[in-house]
Amino acid sequence: MRMASPRVTQRIAWSLTWASAGVVVLALGVIVGYVVIKGAGAIDWEFLSTSPKGGLSGEGGVLSAIVGTVYIVALTVAIAAPLGIGAGIYLVEYARESWFTRLVRSGVEVLAGVPSIIFGLFGFALFVVALKLSFSILSGALALACLVLPTIIRTTEEALRAVPQSYREASMACGATKFQTIRKIALPAALPGILTAIILAVGRSVEETAVLYVTMGGSAAMPRSFLSGGRTLALHTYFLAMETRAMGKALGTALLLIVLIMLINGLIRFVSRRYMARMYGGR
Amino acid sequence: MENPMDPKMKTVDFDFYYGSAQALKGVNLDIRENRITALIGPSGCGKSTLLRSLNRMNDIIPSARVRGQVLLDGQDIYAPSTDVVRLRKRVGMVFQQPNPFPKSIFENVAYGPRVLGLNHSLEDTVERSLRAAALWDEVKDDLGRSALALSGGQQQRLCIARMLAIEPEVILMDEPCSALDPISTQQIEDLMVALKERYTIAIVTHNMQQAARVSDWTGFLLLGELIEYGRTSEIFSRPQDERTEAYVMGRFG
Repeated sequence: MRMASPRVTQRIAWSLTWASAGVVVLALGVIVGYVVIKGAGAIDWEFLSTSPKGGLSGEGGVLSAIVGTVYIVALTVAIAAPLGIGAGIYLVEYARESWFTRLVRSGVEVLAGVPSIIFGLFGFALFVVALKLSFSILSGALALACLVLPTIIRTTEEALRAVPQSYREASMACGATKFQTIRKIALPAALPGILTAIILAVGRSVEETAVLYVTMGGSAAMPRSFLSGGRTLALHTYFLAMETRAMGKALGTALLLIVLIMLINGLIRFVSRRYMARMYGGR
Repeated sequence: MENPMDPKMKTVDFDFYYGSAQALKGVNLDIRENRITALIGPSGCGKSTLLRSLNRMNDIIPSARVRGQVLLDGQDIYAPSTDVVRLRKRVGMVFQQPNPFPKSIFENVAYGPRVLGLNHSLEDTVERSLRAAALWDEVKDDLGRSALALSGGQQQRLCIARMLAIEPEVILMDEPCSALDPISTQQIEDLMVALKERYTIAIVTHNMQQAARVSDWTGFLLLGELIEYGRTSEIFSRPQDERTEAYVMGRFG
């Protein structure tokens, strides 16, 4: 059998990879385009400034869902980030390899692969029922924190492992303690990676529905505290689409979600780029 | 004044193990005050391990274990009462690869004084250290520049300045020129000779010409043993041990 000439194989490889990239861009374009075209009409000031009427009417806006999203994201990150970053620091900087670190690491691996509804059921059993927090933003955020914790731990671990050991040695050789070395050298150098961990957690909190469906309830009313029930934009989209069949408003809410996620990503990328420029740039 | 009876640092029957592998065997080495002591030997002979034992840098390695003593002014630095932070303030270190922090030039030099709580007249300390490391004139116009924007040779002199800022008594240098070009190497060697007026220096080097050029005393290690130790001129012209002779003549290594 005759082999194709290198020129031809080059062309074929180029075409195939280009086509793969093209399909991805096309799919993304179709999804976003569909949501924009079908959803943009639903968005006006009234939609943004009023809360849903609740029930099966599908009437009203999204204000309480926006507030619910902000609460859930803020509370989830506030709970999960310190724990996850702390665990990541422990695993990289303090722990010596032992059965305990192997247990923690494989636990993290397993948790990362568990379907989100299981975190939801666990959160329902523990926070909603056993701890009597009822369907609330707090129950939702606690369950969601369990879900995002593995991602934060792993991303923090990777970010810290990427910090050259030579920085730590240099710091110790200057007479710094281990804690000073972590605080002043390792963490700042790993900060862009740790910010990535937080972006991922924020994104996951914004998009998650299954966990919140069984822990946060889905009250359409404006939440008054972390112990109120509530809904996020993602959950609201689900209710509109599946329970009230108000597809126009569902896609309007979905459009808001997409814009929100793009804003969050843009903001954090901007912050981390400025930080990197300060650390590694000419000045 | 040199007093051969009373070296600045001294190892006594010093053994070092990585897990079950013995890297140093009964090493007895003197490091004399205000002199440069070179440690030479082929790769894997234990010279870096020995150097890194002098400021307990090897403590970081989980499986490391030592036996014997390392004396600094007569005090065993492996005694349980030793404050390792204080030890490393007295025994500074410069590494093989220049390893400035991803911070400004100023912050690099100020790092040691800051972590040690020596914050008074920080600007003077930074200037003095950069001058002592022969880098001041090249960087004085913009101390806020990132240290990573400097050339390799400048980075290594910055690392020397950073180490000098903690005002150590002993300076350990682990192949400080191996990543540098000949001109930068020359600058670092000149610097070492200038620094020995005020400091006691130990250097590990692969480069025998370098050891011969800069050092006053030389120790030759092979397979974890200190085979021969003496004045550099003696080691290079009239070695006592045939293995030393073979190594300094370039017959192996």
